[in-house]
Amino acid sequence: MNAFLAVARRDLLLAVRHRAEAANPLLFFLVVVALVPLGLSPRRETLELIAPGVFWIGALLATLLSLERMFRSDFDDGSLELMLVSPQPLPLIVLAKIVAHWLATGLPLLVAAPLIALLLGLPARSLAVLLAALVLGTPTLSAVGAIGVALTAGLRRGGMLLSLLVLPLYIPVLVFAASAVSAAAGGLPAAGQLYLLGALAALSLTLAPLAAAAALRISVS
Amino acid sequence: MWAFLHRFASPPHFYRLAGTLAPWLGWICLGLMAGGLYGGLVVAPPDYQQGESYRIIFVHVPSAWMSMFIYVVMAGAGAIALIWRIKLAEVVAVESAPIGASFTFLALVTGSLWGKPMWGTYWVWDARLTSELVLLFLYFGVMGLHAAIEDRRAAGRAAGLLAIVGVVNIPIIHYSVEWWHTLHQGPTVTKLSAPSIHVSMLVPLLLMAVSFKLFYLTVLLQRARSGVLERERGAGWVRELLARTESD
Repeated sequence: MNAFLAVARRDLLLAVRHRAEAANPLLFFLVVVALVPLGLSPRRETLELIAPGVFWIGALLATLLSLERMFRSDFDDGSLELMLVSPQPLPLIVLAKIVAHWLATGLPLLVAAPLIALLLGLPARSLAVLLAALVLGTPTLSAVGAIGVALTAGLRRGGMLLSLLVLPLYIPVLVFAASAVSAAAGGLPAAGQLYLLGALAALSLTLAPLAAAAALRISVS
Repeated sequence: MWAFLHRFASPPHFYRLAGTLAPWLGWICLGLMAGGLYGGLVVAPPDYQQGESYRIIFVHVPSAWMSMFIYVVMAGAGAIALIWRIKLAEVVAVESAPIGASFTFLALVTGSLWGKPMWGTYWVWDARLTSELVLLFLYFGVMGLHAAIEDRRAAGRAAGLLAIVGVVNIPIIHYSVEWWHTLHQGPTVTKLSAPSIHVSMLVPLLLMAVSFKLFYLTVLLQRARSGVLERERGAGWVRELLARTESD
């Protein structure tokens, strides 16, 4: 448990000390959202219709961009190897890094969500469901993303490859989260989708650390 | 049992065995395929609703089956490679990926060719089509990862691990896409409600399915042979083999 807290604390400290770098995914998200009305149409009805999808595609891409931070710099400076040879269970360390990544990227998304919902013209009644979907959906993004980053940690130019590996695995979150928000915006119950998002989060948070730990051992060996 | 498996999995033994088996499997595959095509394209009667264009199922359905079958084989081989560190399993996992991707692509292309006269469009975002497309992306991911890692052994194991992650995700993705469809707009494309297929169509279909399996085995054995050679190029038995072929 101490190792878990130590790793999480270290990663969070690193995120806080590199504030500008940590803010980039959020800014990217804002820019993508701002591009949509420019590229499609600023008409209220159109925006309302596509807002849930745009919101979640933006969130997916922003998470994707921030994933590399999880293991890449540790790989470069060698601290990843120390984590691998430490007597602490590696999946636990990976879980700590996933939690820290979520706190550094998922949580800001949550704070920015009301503003972005406003920009996209999402009705106020869907805000609660949007926040709930973010709370339940973004941990899955961090956890599944960890496997992809762990597999590509040793590669020089792993960025494009990472998106190819990770984005197809993000489809369930995109489907359920966007559908939950659309349902709520249309005044329909969204509990089913939220339950499924919760189930995905539970599944990915338990299994992904194991897979990512195995992937790290392959990447570093 | 273990001794047999280890002997089978030793690269020189596999290389020889695969070399003997592959041509036989290839010829049987050709024979079955000729029979299946003749039965499907000539003997089987036209469908009472779809006319002649249904005949594409004799290629489409077996390749869709193969696309999923090969992914599972790949993940299984990946698991064996990770758990028991058997080199041959890595080769099988990695060399399966391009074959599987080709079958997936074939299933998508034949499906959209069939969709044009039947549904009036080449592509609909139907649940099955979408998950088949995602399957293609998953194959590309495995191939891309394998190509990107320099060290061959690490590349094989990483690709195997990714295949396992994918195989856990395929059902989740499939059902999420299916529910997305029903949650969103209700079915716009009604699936053929499992029509009881006539024997004159079923027999060629099964013949084609078996011949596709044999085709996969043949190509896999050939690809695995060259994969083994490439990985073992420094080993003694490869040098011996080379010396022998040069002296011939």
